[in-house]
Amino acid sequence: MTAVSLHDVSFSYGDLSVVDDVSFEVQEGDFLGLVGPNGSGKSTLLSLMLGLQRPDGGDVRLFGEPAHEFEHGERVAYVAQDATKTSRDMPITVREVVRMGRYPRNLFGRFSAADHAAVDDALDSVAIDDIADRRVGSLSGGQRQRVFVARALAAEAEFLALDEPTVALDAESRESFYELLADLNDTGMTIVLVEHDIGVVTARASRVACLNKRLYFHGAPDDFVESDALSAAYGANQRIINHDHGVHTSDTEDSDVDSDSTDGSAPTDSTAPPEDP
Amino acid sequence: MGPGLLLASTSAAATTDVVSHLLVASVFSGPFDWFLGVSDIVFSWLAGVTGLQFLTYPYMQRAYLSVLAIGIVGPLVGSFLVYRDLSMVGDTLAHTAFAGVAVALFLEAALSIAVPPLVGALVVATIAALLVQALVEYTGTRSDAALAMVLTGGFAVGSVLISLTDGGISVGINQYLFGSLATVSRADVGLLASMTLVVVAAVTVAYRPLLYVTFDETAARASRVHVRAVNTLLSILTAFVVVSAMRIMGVILVAALLVIPVVTTARIGRSYKQSLLYGVLAGEVAGVVGVTLAYLYGLAAGGSIVLVAIAGFVVVQLGRRFE
Repeated sequence: MTAVSLHDVSFSYGDLSVVDDVSFEVQEGDFLGLVGPNGSGKSTLLSLMLGLQRPDGGDVRLFGEPAHEFEHGERVAYVAQDATKTSRDMPITVREVVRMGRYPRNLFGRFSAADHAAVDDALDSVAIDDIADRRVGSLSGGQRQRVFVARALAAEAEFLALDEPTVALDAESRESFYELLADLNDTGMTIVLVEHDIGVVTARASRVACLNKRLYFHGAPDDFVESDALSAAYGANQRIINHDHGVHTSDTEDSDVDSDSTDGSAPTDSTAPPEDP
Repeated sequence: MGPGLLLASTSAAATTDVVSHLLVASVFSGPFDWFLGVSDIVFSWLAGVTGLQFLTYPYMQRAYLSVLAIGIVGPLVGSFLVYRDLSMVGDTLAHTAFAGVAVALFLEAALSIAVPPLVGALVVATIAALLVQALVEYTGTRSDAALAMVLTGGFAVGSVLISLTDGGISVGINQYLFGSLATVSRADVGLLASMTLVVVAAVTVAYRPLLYVTFDETAARASRVHVRAVNTLLSILTAFVVVSAMRIMGVILVAALLVIPVVTTARIGRSYKQSLLYGVLAGEVAGVVGVTLAYLYGLAAGGSIVLVAIAGFVVVQLGRRFE
């Protein structure tokens, strides 16, 4: 079954094109790592996949429905960077946050025994049950990110989207966080991870999508490592690297760069498009 | 009685009284009379215990009941604003409510169309709340800039309308600007009491979506919580609170009880529910102490309440330092 499908998806902020003609699919049970340089449209693509924004062109489907019309909030969950001021300042306990996972299923009514059980199980399975009554703001970054994963578990979500979740974490909590994600993926959860650390993605993910406005690669991690996609994607808007390769050096945000540096759109599930001579 | 509490009642206030009294009377008359009767018994008992004779004065009882109501709804609604950096929403809506009052008084003075000022205030503040949202969504204006623009714009409308009537309505305006406890009528208390019931009921019912959006708006959207509807509800509740509290606190100070009790207790509570409760307690203390000081020393009531609230903030911060 397909969890997310993208078909010729384009998106721009005003005149600035950030996602251009992207097509690929995320199958249920995939662990997709979405990589690309800064400003490559990774986060935008993630929010398009979640239906938080509508594409300007093309079609995004989430579990078969147009993503922006998808109404089953309990099936999807989102984890952001641990940099939000709110999560540190606001008086709220771990349990209160994890309970939010049940909200899409039960927004107004009394919590049932099943709701309470799901919250307890979620706290238990990411090993934060002992800190359930602590203030989220008093936790370490690593613990806090586990709280957000627990919220997704409480929702019994099938699709977990994470946007650079370990940016603010130390190496050790990072490692254990990715082990947790791998464990979740083993139990069947579909994961899409936006990540700047390519090593993490090639080690942990089952699929890799490499993006820089256009899709440069979609396929298995091993094939990604052997392909030129990485240098092609990262080279396309990095002036210094490009200079050595003789690719033209116009402004990094110039939308012409993209069409000039490649011929046509990148085919899905293939290696990178050829670079300019 | 403190001279600072004395402000002349005006014809505009009288109109308001009649209309809101009719509103209150038609729906809440029975329970409201009972409520006032019970509170009179409680206040008289307190006066007997403490020897504070002013607790038996009906106008002081109305003042206390009013600030008790504001102390509940202010922090209750404000806590969903403060953690989203929307603290200025209350102030903005209060200033546009002032424009609503001016519109109503202007219509009456210039065109002899009787619009109760509080109705004008509620309508204009609600429109302003939706306007701020629209400005942010459709023109991409930063939300703090949109708030600053609507706040000053509202006040500008008010001041221009006042100038158009050769100062004829400025007496009535003063009361709304600075508030007054001495002129709190039965109808004002009724309005505040019913508003408190409405706001508490709305927050109770919509607690989960409000909390989710306050804590993590993107995740809430991903979970298909209707963030826009939640924002609209929050704006309207804020408009309700500032308009119903405006007569006592004054336009300029009314937003204080949405914000100060919340930041005072933000570090005390562990859970959100606890911090809500502490925020309400801080609001109650500020209101009761402020009104009492205003009476004893003849001070402006709204200002006293705000200063007590700020003093509470300072004391709590110092207390945490020396813990």
